[in-house]
Amino acid sequence: MLRFTIRRVIELVLVFFGVTFAIYAAVWALPGDPISSLGGDQPLSPQVVERIRELYHLNDPLWSQYFRYIGNLLTGDLGVDFRGRSVAERLATRWPVTIRLAVTAWIIQVVIGVGLGLLAGLRKNTWIDRGVLIMTILVASVPIFVMAVTAQLVFGVKLSLVPIAGVNDGWPLSYLLPATVLAIYGLAAVARLTRGSVVDTMSSDFVRALWAKGLTRRRVIGIHVLRNSSIPVLTYLAIDLGALLGGAVVTEGIFNLPGVGQLLFESIRVHEGPTVVGIATALILIFLLTSVVVDLLNSLLDPRIRHD
Amino acid sequence: MTDQVLAQAVEEDTLGGRGVWATVRKRVLFWVPLAVLAVLVLLAAFPGWVGGWFGSDDPRACDLSASARPSSPGHPFGQDLQGCDVYTNVVHGARASLAVGLFCTLIALVIAVLIGTLAGYVGGWTDSVLARLTDVFLGFPFLLGAIVALNSLGDRSVLSISLVLALFSWPTLARMVRTTVRATRDAEYVQAAKAMGFPTLRILTHYVLPNAIGPVLAVATLTVGGVIVAESTLTFLGLGLRPPSISWGLQLATAQSRFQQAPHTLIYPGIFLAATVLSLITLGDVLRDAVNPKGRS
Repeated sequence: MLRFTIRRVIELVLVFFGVTFAIYAAVWALPGDPISSLGGDQPLSPQVVERIRELYHLNDPLWSQYFRYIGNLLTGDLGVDFRGRSVAERLATRWPVTIRLAVTAWIIQVVIGVGLGLLAGLRKNTWIDRGVLIMTILVASVPIFVMAVTAQLVFGVKLSLVPIAGVNDGWPLSYLLPATVLAIYGLAAVARLTRGSVVDTMSSDFVRALWAKGLTRRRVIGIHVLRNSSIPVLTYLAIDLGALLGGAVVTEGIFNLPGVGQLLFESIRVHEGPTVVGIATALILIFLLTSVVVDLLNSLLDPRIRHD
Repeated sequence: MTDQVLAQAVEEDTLGGRGVWATVRKRVLFWVPLAVLAVLVLLAAFPGWVGGWFGSDDPRACDLSASARPSSPGHPFGQDLQGCDVYTNVVHGARASLAVGLFCTLIALVIAVLIGTLAGYVGGWTDSVLARLTDVFLGFPFLLGAIVALNSLGDRSVLSISLVLALFSWPTLARMVRTTVRATRDAEYVQAAKAMGFPTLRILTHYVLPNAIGPVLAVATLTVGGVIVAESTLTFLGLGLRPPSISWGLQLATAQSRFQQAPHTLIYPGIFLAATVLSLITLGDVLRDAVNPKGRS
């Protein structure tokens, strides 16, 4: 287990450097000059442009910039954007919005997704099962922005149940509709996964043995089936939470939630290099952290997956 | 005669591919989506055949004075914001949307088979390196990658959009190929082929891949559906196809801003896109269940 953990950590560090360097190269490759657009309508004088380029080390080669960035990062410094604002502070104002949205969506997925999946799995081949299956396929075939504007029109404009956009009504009211729209896709996947896993476990030999032993339905399902079918579902839910925390560009855009997804998209569009790199680094850390959690979760829940 | 029939039956039983066919051909859920897809492929190949049923077949013949007009004679689906016939546009949009789905999945599949086979068959540190490479692609922010890739490719064509989407679709497929290849690597018939001294390439193409590719192909059907949806989302963000191209994604992205005033401009392309994706997902599900009887429910 220790050897596995060490190897895994080394691999994670390598992937971290690989992705951050790729991101650095990608930002470098973004077309257009971010400095010359700072002046707006009035072109900046060449001296000013040169001074700013020097200030941000933009004339240095790519690798030297990258190492400077990694060095700063290790001391906890995300740097400043092209307007001199601290990237860390900008992120700090955006992240709570994304976290609220992600966690709300995730809770909806856990409660409704797992609930529907259990219902379908335990009542295999009934109309409930079929209904859940049809629903999960139906939602996957509608693009999220179509779903979002439709939900906005129906629940926000026509029924006036929830605010149409923005965060002025605070959590949870402002987040209910966007989180539901965001959750629907993962919810469908969770429901199908749970159903499949429950069906598999129910038809396994050890469950048959438990029935034969004369255990009550409550014990068989409540303890043995649930525990043994939870592994793939929990793995998926962990990965999904990581993905949700990365921000939802489309949902945040349509519902006008000032989260990191929106900030990333805007920053890429205006070539705001330092901000893009800052957000992207945070996203990778979330991604890597998720994969560690998934590994740990797997070996905790299923002794057979323990590595040596 | 009886011997022949018997031999055939045995052959069908032993060959995985035939077994799948025997399973799926009895299922309604296999034939219905297949029929829908066949119609859509015909639409994509020959839009001119049905595009002109109700009037002009030219999707770019627009009458701005009839902007966002709902259904009327000659325009069964109404007219869009530019006054173009929605019906003709939906018919002509099939080609771009289906092409992106197919091209992207094909490209992703080729990369996935190459990398997944290498990782799964060779194993060892090659496997580790390739697994980490896959991680790098999975961890890279999609938007940033898409924008940089689109800019370096220069144009916004069906092919370039497919390439960009494929860049981020192959890792999941590659992981699957790796798993299935590993499962067949140690099979007795592969050992036998090795013992007979066949070159590795022949072992891979004749023994390993034919037996490992089934589940991957079934999932690839699902990928085609996912990509068609992803293309429309990319277009919504301003990163997909651009006019004068005609695609469902483009129509949906334009229509969503005026959804309240002109719902028909969103609903009709939406129905076509949903029907396509729905068919692909159902087909993929049926095929996956047939290829992997253990997962069948």
